[in-house]
Amino acid sequence: MSTALTEEIGTGINLAMLSVGSELPQRRHTATNVSLFMYNAAVWNAHRIHYDETYTIGVEGHPAIVIDGPLQGDWLSQVALNWAGAQGRVMNFSYTNRKASYLGEVLTSGGNVTTVDLKNRLVEIRLFIKNEAGEVVTPGTATVSFS
Amino acid sequence: MGLLTKEHFDSIGTAEPSIEVEISRREIQKYAAATEQQQPKYIQGDEAPPMFIFNLFSPITALADMRVDGLARGNATGPKLPLKRIMAGGTQINQHKLINPGDRLTGIRKITDMYEKQGSTGPLIFTVRSLAITNAQGELVLEEIQTSIAR
Repeated sequence: MSTALTEEIGTGINLAMLSVGSELPQRRHTATNVSLFMYNAAVWNAHRIHYDETYTIGVEGHPAIVIDGPLQGDWLSQVALNWAGAQGRVMNFSYTNRKASYLGEVLTSGGNVTTVDLKNRLVEIRLFIKNEAGEVVTPGTATVSFS
Repeated sequence: MGLLTKEHFDSIGTAEPSIEVEISRREIQKYAAATEQQQPKYIQGDEAPPMFIFNLFSPITALADMRVDGLARGNATGPKLPLKRIMAGGTQINQHKLINPGDRLTGIRKITDMYEKQGSTGPLIFTVRSLAITNAQGELVLEEIQTSIAR
């Protein structure tokens, strides 16, 4: 389940008012067995570390079911997509799965502005997924082009 | 370490067979529900969010060809890796065009790099694959660079 933590998404970005450090809306994500089943079914991924706890712990040596790295990548991309809304286009984004996250962890996605290029109407963003300890488990970046 | 052989390095640059996919509104809707998308265009399946393409251009593998860990057996380009436990390492996406229902897209994937590192629990093998997705007009729609980690 995901919950918005800060302002609503999407509309009314004034590029001239943006500054380096401006924060993007944050969202809290709590994966469940059901949500991981739905995600892995949607992307046709049968890797047992995402649904078979006995196998995941006993054979692969993880402490619990693993939250998919690409699912975190999607949550991270949504930070930029939802912030840009209809005004902007996310031209590129990237992320690194730095540390595994496990079922039961509450993750928070968010980001902030790192560059504002008014001439070319481009904004660079730093993105993150953090765990409850405040560690960035999935850092990322995105470039948004505004019309 | 030296887990990777000449055969592995020779596989760099080799393209896998192309895969063609017709984009379905219902598949976008399923993906949007599973990832808790918030924008109506994704929820209604009018447009695919960029990460929708994850695994979309992988071969559909018969049940008999699945490994015990749930991954497909022998489905990737290149020789088998000596380490079998696979984790996602990260992704870069450059999107040039939107993806909508009814689009017929072609994906071509190839290995662009392989390297080893020593992790805290043992050796790791990083495999970097690029995916180029084009539309029916031959125009580039999206490029993905994906890293997987074997441990």
